[in-house]
Amino acid sequence: MMSAMAEPSGRLAENILYFARALRAAGIPVGPGAVLDALEALQTAGVGTREDFYWTLHAVFVKRHEHSILFDQAFRIFFRRRGYVDQLIAMMLPQAPSAPQAPQPGATRIHEALYAGLDDKLKKEREVELDARMTVSDREVLQKKDFAQMTAAEIAAAKEAMRRLVLPLAEVRTRRLKPHPRGHLIDIRRTLRASMKGGGDFIDLRFIGPKTKPPPLVALLDISGSMSQYSRIFLHFLHALTDARRRVSTFLFGTRLTNVTRALRERDPDDALAACSAAVPDWSGGTRIAASLRAFNKLWARRVLTQGAVVLLITDGLERDADDTLAFEIDRLHRSCRRLVWLNPLLRFEGFEARARGIKAMLPHVDEFRPIHNLESMAGLVAALTQGANHVGDRAASPKAWMQKVA
Amino acid sequence: MQQPIPRPLPASIDSTVELLAKADYLADRSLGTVLYLALKMGRPIFLEGEAGVGKTEIAKVLAATLGRRLIRLQCYEGLDITAAVYEWNYAAQMIAIRVAEAEGEHDRDRLEHDVFSERFLIKRPLLQALEPDTAGAPVLLIDEIDRTDEAFEAFLLEVLADFQVTVPELGTVKAAHPPIVVITSNRTREVHDALKRRCLYHWVGYPSAERELAIVRAKVPDVGKKLSEQVVGFVQRLRKEDLFKSPGVAETLDWASALSELDVVALDPATVSDTLGVLLKYQDDIAKLEGSKVKELLDDVKAELRAAE
Repeated sequence: MMSAMAEPSGRLAENILYFARALRAAGIPVGPGAVLDALEALQTAGVGTREDFYWTLHAVFVKRHEHSILFDQAFRIFFRRRGYVDQLIAMMLPQAPSAPQAPQPGATRIHEALYAGLDDKLKKEREVELDARMTVSDREVLQKKDFAQMTAAEIAAAKEAMRRLVLPLAEVRTRRLKPHPRGHLIDIRRTLRASMKGGGDFIDLRFIGPKTKPPPLVALLDISGSMSQYSRIFLHFLHALTDARRRVSTFLFGTRLTNVTRALRERDPDDALAACSAAVPDWSGGTRIAASLRAFNKLWARRVLTQGAVVLLITDGLERDADDTLAFEIDRLHRSCRRLVWLNPLLRFEGFEARARGIKAMLPHVDEFRPIHNLESMAGLVAALTQGANHVGDRAASPKAWMQKVA
Repeated sequence: MQQPIPRPLPASIDSTVELLAKADYLADRSLGTVLYLALKMGRPIFLEGEAGVGKTEIAKVLAATLGRRLIRLQCYEGLDITAAVYEWNYAAQMIAIRVAEAEGEHDRDRLEHDVFSERFLIKRPLLQALEPDTAGAPVLLIDEIDRTDEAFEAFLLEVLADFQVTVPELGTVKAAHPPIVVITSNRTREVHDALKRRCLYHWVGYPSAERELAIVRAKVPDVGKKLSEQVVGFVQRLRKEDLFKSPGVAETLDWASALSELDVVALDPATVSDTLGVLLKYQDDIAKLEGSKVKELLDDVKAELRAAE
């Protein structure tokens, strides 16, 4: 069937194939099946205009809203030549096969000349854009981060530590039920089946009880200058966590917010950290906690904080321009998640007093406050998180105790 | 209720858009294309978008205009097979067992066969959707799939691939004609790529001013020309503001009918402030528009409308 369909439109199939490849290069995951789908869709739709052509391909190739803009760009660039789409459309219309056109003399050279110039121009424009971005904020230091590669021993130690990790609120009840020896409900289906075996004389009761599972975890990690010495260990930790559990989302923030969940899904920790580094433009710059939380609340909260998510906020709380917006945003974050845990690596001293304004603004709105006294290794981090994780209302973790020290 | 007449599927993108317009659903060309392809290729449609942009309405309108039965599966956390696919009627089964005993029937296999027959099967939406229908295959609406969990998504994969369901005690039920499947999501969580891959994806966005005006006119016909223009202008302006939740089309329609109930002919700042709760559902958003902000926006909108005349 495929060959019969592809024959009259061999060029079309080829072009769609190249277009799919371009989309893949642009970062839209397009499987080989999608190309066949696209061809089928184009044949089915009986496309007549450029707009229909666009939306038909869009329907097949785009599976996420944020990919729409990439698709649009790729479509424009790929089908840049005027009339090219019309040619493709014409190819799909039933018609007698025409003799293959001989390439027009000089076509290659013209093409080269046209596109070489264009590429240079595009490049120049891009450079100008980059320059402009550097001047947006003088406090915003844009730089890439180099992480030392991990040794095999470190990886082994990390895996070992992960096994010992008990997070706050490790398991939550879901509304699903499963067979349970001491459940609270009778599982009529299994009871009836079991009774059948005895011919129905005895009713052998079977029970079901609630099923528990780890809640989604959302980590918000501060990567500003004051936190820079810890970012490697935290990223390493979050990578191990992403590997070990389902439903972990990770966001990095300094002066802006970046979602690195996909980057951390790389199996190899070095690859994952490198991908993170490439994705983030603001390593070790300033901190705008309020602005970053605001971006998170607005763009992501409703997409990742469902089903009783636990939020792990990792920051030293040293906000440069602390004002009322920080308290407002952290309050909103607190109200949209099940539990907000603040992990602060800076508070290593017994005599700590929450003096900084940012810290004072944030403390009343967190459920648990976990200072880390000695953050040298994954094991230390895991111990800090595990400590008292199972009894809620643990005094050391209570933000109230810390607030009292301020007073 | 009259017997629905089977109607043919639309034959082109244009006729798909026209078909929806007949039921007062004004779709843009991109949505028309996706729907037409989905109907033609027999693929599920995956509609994603903010709350209140008319995702669920698409399925309802499709069912109504094509004269098909609409089967709705509302998703929620903990949705399981007994609520989505099938359940045995246990009470009836137990009575059947007692009766069999009283009659001296003790053949186990026979008893089991009788008790697990279709007579005792309660069909839930997914199983209903696979049944043949004289009016043509039904429209299956799987609403707000983001509310359920991954396990249910994985189960759906199987159903949507082959349009068949296995009931262990009975055997496999396969649809002779696959239903028209519409899946909606509010994007409160990412739905797995494997499910999306089997569907045609469409993001339902907020409509443009002209389209929204046409929607208001079609759905709330007793609102005057001037008021409807102002309402749409104000809502469009509001969507440009930095709000936690922008008003959807559903809110626009609610607001228009609320204003017409209040016998308002033209917007003024006091009326807008009093009825803002219809448009905005977060206290922070309402607080943002307190004071002179409403008047400012309204003046903007009125100036724009005057300029357009």
